[in-house]
Amino acid sequence: MIFGIPLQAFLGQLLIGLINGSFYALLSLGLAIIFGLLRVINFAHGAQYMLGAFMAWLLLSHFGIGYWPALILAPLLVGLIGAVVERTMLRRLYTLDPLYGLLFTFGLALTIEGTFRYLYGASGQPYATPALLMGGANLGFMFLPIYRGWVIVFSLVICLGTWLMIEKTKLGSYLRAATENPVLVQSFGINVPFLLTLTYGLGAALAAIAGVLAAPIYQVSPLMGSNIIIVVFAVVVVGGMGSIMGAIVTGYLLGIAEGLTKVFYPEASNIVIFVIMAIVLLLRPAGLFGRDA
Amino acid sequence: MTLTLELAKQKERSPAIVQTVFLGVGLACLLLAPLFFYPVFLMKILCFALFACAFNLLLGYTGLLSFGHAAFFGGAAYFTAHAVKEWGVPPELGILVGVFGAALLGTVVGFFAIRRQGIYFAMITLALAQMFYFFCLQAGFTRGEDGIQSVPRGHLLGFIDLSQPTNMYYFVLAVFVIGIAMIWRIINSPFGMILKSIRENETRAISLGYSVRNYKLAAFVMSASLTGLAGGLKALVFQFATLTDVSWQMSGEVILMTLLGGIGTLIGPLFGAGLVVTLQNYLATSEFPVTIITGIVFMVCVLLFRRGIVGEFYNSRLGRRLGFEHRHKH
Repeated sequence: MIFGIPLQAFLGQLLIGLINGSFYALLSLGLAIIFGLLRVINFAHGAQYMLGAFMAWLLLSHFGIGYWPALILAPLLVGLIGAVVERTMLRRLYTLDPLYGLLFTFGLALTIEGTFRYLYGASGQPYATPALLMGGANLGFMFLPIYRGWVIVFSLVICLGTWLMIEKTKLGSYLRAATENPVLVQSFGINVPFLLTLTYGLGAALAAIAGVLAAPIYQVSPLMGSNIIIVVFAVVVVGGMGSIMGAIVTGYLLGIAEGLTKVFYPEASNIVIFVIMAIVLLLRPAGLFGRDA
Repeated sequence: MTLTLELAKQKERSPAIVQTVFLGVGLACLLLAPLFFYPVFLMKILCFALFACAFNLLLGYTGLLSFGHAAFFGGAAYFTAHAVKEWGVPPELGILVGVFGAALLGTVVGFFAIRRQGIYFAMITLALAQMFYFFCLQAGFTRGEDGIQSVPRGHLLGFIDLSQPTNMYYFVLAVFVIGIAMIWRIINSPFGMILKSIRENETRAISLGYSVRNYKLAAFVMSASLTGLAGGLKALVFQFATLTDVSWQMSGEVILMTLLGGIGTLIGPLFGAGLVVTLQNYLATSEFPVTIITGIVFMVCVLLFRRGIVGEFYNSRLGRRLGFEHRHKH
């Protein structure tokens, strides 16, 4: 018993919080990467997350391609679509007020979601858990469905991998340099426009990975993205988009906070992240890890 | 050089007359419109037009993009509907309750949102509005998914029966004109000039000694209150208030109306609202979802058409010759 709550329920909600946190972390990581270089808040991030889940579902139902190939194929496809969107349209907005980027991607999100709603209806489609990850493990103090454990581990690996890629590799150093001063980086002979396309594609692919991971847990529905994106925006405001690690850590922390609120005060569980955002704005307007005021 | 001088002179002379003519024709159209169109359709346009104009006070004249104006619109609709239906207050008082409620909400949201700028401002307003949405979903007085239904329109000042569509239309038109006049007064006052200076260069406005935060908050509350006026009016027109009006999609819709009509133009949002409402009515009977069209129009507007309809007109050769100038940056 913890504060009069059975340990079982407490740990169960903690687990759910950690899973939600995994999605928040993956999504806010992608948002932060895109914003860092492109100065665009990618409102279509939720739609790309939904697209990832739908790709997995479509691959399975139309081509019989299972979860494991989909985990690679779906992000690739979504990343490619993202790159095309960046090349053909988003690119024209870089010289303008960043608000136009937000508005454009908002329109993009509406179009994608509207299309899928038109084609597949608003109700969700079930996606089976892969056979390898079926069942659960009894940890003694609680029952852990293996797939949920996998989501937590895999998202951690992806987050840390992306962080390492940006902090430790040559490509990452180009990305960081272009974030600081694109003109200078360009003058060193590095193809910055290509870097921007790559970044947007990468961000979209990260969202799609989250989508594929989410498919067996939640239903695959056209609206799954718009429900989560607003929460992720709040996460991003709390974390501040200055640091990649900040985005990841904030994602997990707020997911856990949400899970714990479900234990202690369920009525507030869907607003707790917004409340935390308001408190952070009062105490530290730049965000927990933010550099820009 | 001489040409510019000549143009400048022209500008000094003509706009007053031209604008008066345009204003007169526009008003006449609005007065005669119920003879040709279905009144509820017109009233819907006027409500949304006022909403979009109020929103534009913030986006177009202060440079703040709020992604949460649905909270004030839908919130006021709930407050007005509740006051009229449950407390039995007359319609004019009911609308005031809506306006006051929206102003209060605007103060709270604005207080938090102005702590950050630009893109963060948009995200904060969106998040806080979503929080209000969840509140409306769970609060008792909003009746959850059902919304507040069959709100009586009542009698204006005790003797004008608003259940008559014509009476209601002219009441809505009067409120609309008063609302637009207030916005016009605000943007043409010294206060409005300072708002524009914040839009153009916030740092310089600060260095000139203006307490930019207070001005932003004031603009936010004014915009929220006028949005509340539109929302309360809408609750009376349609006689219900539901979750749709507080949802983030509604916040997106008003942005689209403003963008389509012309950010930073006084009457642009009126055209934007007219177009969007007409489109929605047109598509309402078909199976094709409005969101796809809305999304595409959004993208096209942002990519190719950032001045909007009225902005493009002001910038066209004809518009310039008529002496309109449109100084908003794009």
